[in-house]
Amino acid sequence: MNEVSAGTGPDLQFQAFLAQGRFMIQRGTKTGQYVFFPRAVAPGTGEDLEWVEASGHGTVYSATSIRKRPPEPAVGIVLVDLKEGPRMMSRVEGMDPTEVPIGLEVEARIIAQDDEHLVVFVPAGETGQ
Amino acid sequence: MSAFPTRKTAIVGAATFGEGRCPGYEPYDMAAIAARAALAEAGLTFADVDGVFVTTSNDTFGGGMTFSQYCGIEPKVADNSRTGGNVFESYVERAAWMLDAGLIDCALIAYGSNQASATGKLSSTSKPFPYEAIYKPLNPLCSYALAAARHMHEFGTTREQLGEVALAARKWAQLNPVATMRDPLTMEDYLSSRIISDPLSKLDCCLVTDGAAALVMTRADRAGDLAATPVWLMGAASRTTHRDISSMPDLTTTALAECGPRALAQAGLAPSDIDVVELYDAFTINVILFLEDLGFCPKGEGGRFVEGGAIAPGGKLPVNTNGGGLSYLHPGMYGMFTIVEAVRQLRGECGERQIANARTAIAQGNGGVLSSQAVNILAVD
Repeated sequence: MNEVSAGTGPDLQFQAFLAQGRFMIQRGTKTGQYVFFPRAVAPGTGEDLEWVEASGHGTVYSATSIRKRPPEPAVGIVLVDLKEGPRMMSRVEGMDPTEVPIGLEVEARIIAQDDEHLVVFVPAGETGQ
Repeated sequence: MSAFPTRKTAIVGAATFGEGRCPGYEPYDMAAIAARAALAEAGLTFADVDGVFVTTSNDTFGGGMTFSQYCGIEPKVADNSRTGGNVFESYVERAAWMLDAGLIDCALIAYGSNQASATGKLSSTSKPFPYEAIYKPLNPLCSYALAAARHMHEFGTTREQLGEVALAARKWAQLNPVATMRDPLTMEDYLSSRIISDPLSKLDCCLVTDGAAALVMTRADRAGDLAATPVWLMGAASRTTHRDISSMPDLTTTALAECGPRALAQAGLAPSDIDVVELYDAFTINVILFLEDLGFCPKGEGGRFVEGGAIAPGGKLPVNTNGGGLSYLHPGMYGMFTIVEAVRQLRGECGERQIANARTAIAQGNGGVLSSQAVNILAVD
């Protein structure tokens, strides 16, 4: 019986990379096509996938904000098109979530939240972290 | 590949039960009551059914078996697939193929939901997608809001144009005695409604109600001998592009852009040949997207298309003549009710809201977050 060692599934690997401060995405070993969310098999082609460090650059494709009842602040939700091609859900930090324009150039940051790490974005060109 | 069995099958029974609020009933009770009524229209009973296509607001594993057991049916086909609110149009499509192939002789399609009475919330048995859930979106609302925001960005669609959809639905609902929301609604009311997820407000969102419905289908050879006027299935097609909004290829174009024209081609009809259009308006933006994707106007023109009461009573195209998910009812999976309303319009049963001489209709369904689309093209002789 074949046994795959624990901790090697794509979801766990993605989280382990984030914990090391690395935002990794996957790429098809034959076509070089980038993939997000993490998978064990490439969509469409079915090829193998390898991990590569994401550039962290992206553009806001769409944005919404959940208007809570004041004084609770609005919660921003965006879709970001990564420079490599794939789209992901995230949020833009460092600005009012209701003011995030579609087309904004953004850069990835890794933060900790609820005992997990996640990728958020800030407007491109901002220093910090 | 064989051609779709155009006009070889018919809907011969259509019924609803528990529209709005139905306290004290379980979803299977409601679906069974609607099923019995739909069968009775055709002069049939549970004993005649050999294909069951069913889902409810709370079913999990084995719903097709559970409902068949409830009704005392031993089906050859027990379909309980759940792509979302569009699945009923897909059930009709599949039933047509199966009837035409001779696999089954009588299809019963049923749905029941007590979500409003049971929980007061939109019923959801779906599992959150971890790569979205971590950002805490309110789903399905935020996914549709992202689509609306993108449509506005690309095509200049406005809040007022979304409001036209809500106002038209309300005006139709005022002509439907069993609609949930029949109070007058003005553009001022709409524009002052609280934004929940930009750019969508409460009045852009469908209702949360109970409701059940059922349909009966047979082959054309048998349909002519039954009690009810047969409503012919001229075309039917489905397509799924994604499950979660972050995997939708283009937020301004749904799978309906492919399966809509495919179903119309099966029917040999163009959008201009359609008398009544019943669309799945879970949110106002849906109607704009679906009118575009079905070819009633070019991509990006949906907002301008609905302006000036164009889809309201007396407008150029009757859309959602029952008041839709926005003002009639929305038990969680609304697709069943677009078909029932199309059937009733084609049979001329719609009273004040009846479209004169309606001969052709589109019933469309949407599942997930613009994820899964299906459409039925219906006609009477």
